[in-house]
Amino acid sequence: MIAGSVDEAVAGIEDGSTVLVGGFGFAGMPFDLIDGLIRQGATDLTIVSNNAGNGDVGLAALLKAGRVRKVVCSFPRQADSYVFDELYRSGRIELEVVPQGNLAERMRAAGAGIGAFFCPTGVGTPLAEGKETRTIDGRDYVLEYPIKGDVALISAHRADRMGNLVYRKTARNFGPVMATAATRTIVQVSEVVPTGDLDPEAVVTPGIFVDRVVRVEARNYTVQGAR
Amino acid sequence: MSLTPDELAAVVARDIPPNSYVNLGIGQPTKVADHLGADAGIVLHTENGMLNMGPAATGDQIDPDLTNAGKVPVTELPGASYFHHADSFLMMRGGHLDVCVLGAFQVSAAGDLANWHTGAPDAIPAVGGAMDLAIGAKQVFVMMTLFDKKGRPKLVPQCTYPLTGLRCVSRVYTDLAIIDVGPDGASVRETFGVTLDELRKRLDVPLA
Repeated sequence: MIAGSVDEAVAGIEDGSTVLVGGFGFAGMPFDLIDGLIRQGATDLTIVSNNAGNGDVGLAALLKAGRVRKVVCSFPRQADSYVFDELYRSGRIELEVVPQGNLAERMRAAGAGIGAFFCPTGVGTPLAEGKETRTIDGRDYVLEYPIKGDVALISAHRADRMGNLVYRKTARNFGPVMATAATRTIVQVSEVVPTGDLDPEAVVTPGIFVDRVVRVEARNYTVQGAR
Repeated sequence: MSLTPDELAAVVARDIPPNSYVNLGIGQPTKVADHLGADAGIVLHTENGMLNMGPAATGDQIDPDLTNAGKVPVTELPGASYFHHADSFLMMRGGHLDVCVLGAFQVSAAGDLANWHTGAPDAIPAVGGAMDLAIGAKQVFVMMTLFDKKGRPKLVPQCTYPLTGLRCVSRVYTDLAIIDVGPDGASVRETFGVTLDELRKRLDVPLA
């Protein structure tokens, strides 16, 4: 469960994998695991994440290294998403835009063993074109399918040695959902505590969803939009 | 006189019922928070996973793990809670939020909303939570100028930009008027520095 290093934690990720990457902008972004994935070398990846990278670090660095075939996300275009923008405009990366709630719910469905679900989001919009629709009790819905990952890379605050996780503030975001939706869930944390030290009532992600945990040093990064 | 953006934000804040759960969209709607009474019991939701969000963080308050949906550092108020993205969006989709305030490129008289894409062929599409927000809250308010920079109306018979949601907007707050929209069409509630007749001449939609 507890890996000795980031490189050990990300070992074995295969070419062509679908990788769920936590974070909302920089909050909850598993920077160290992504850097490890770049070193590990897997390529032809499909990345599922809310954004498509900011600046030159994290997801943007993975994109820049040419390892990503396709991005599935809700909001690729940002003030500092120049790495993605360049790849997209030159036709070197595929993009599937998914409404943010559908992105979360499609992964939740994957983790929950749901085959598909009817969702009201996006009805009548370009993002529902070509999808099956149904009227249920007078309301229109679009059929949405699960998004399952081969691997999830997420960041949490604290883990115990069984892989139980707690998060910190809005850095939680997609982490708990992605942890359920991947065949292998790899987590970076700021602290690993002895089993029994986490309050069972406060555990957010139970260890059943977690395969590997690695402790990393807290890192400072510029907060977007800080003033 | 027409309303300034700040005055418009104050008017929207005035119309949010006490004790509501409210999501304020990125951009101009964020300003509404500055005009909500501290004792009104209004709880702000941010879709990246928090209820009872406080004002923007400054100085030592800035915490990289605590941002709003615009990725701006914010603070937490007593009684705040955190939750993951699937729970956050079920709060919208499941109809648990009372009011959502969004910006828009266009709104139709029937309440269709276009606010995520101008349809420009070279634009990189990015929807974020716009489609989920549009169909989720019990009431969806739009805050926008009534005319764009070229003087074209943004309240229209049919949206020409790609849609965010169908028949989802309940009311439009603009610099010149507050207008209810929906199945019965557009109905003016209040005007600012302009008469109803003048509005009728400048808009292509019938106004009750």
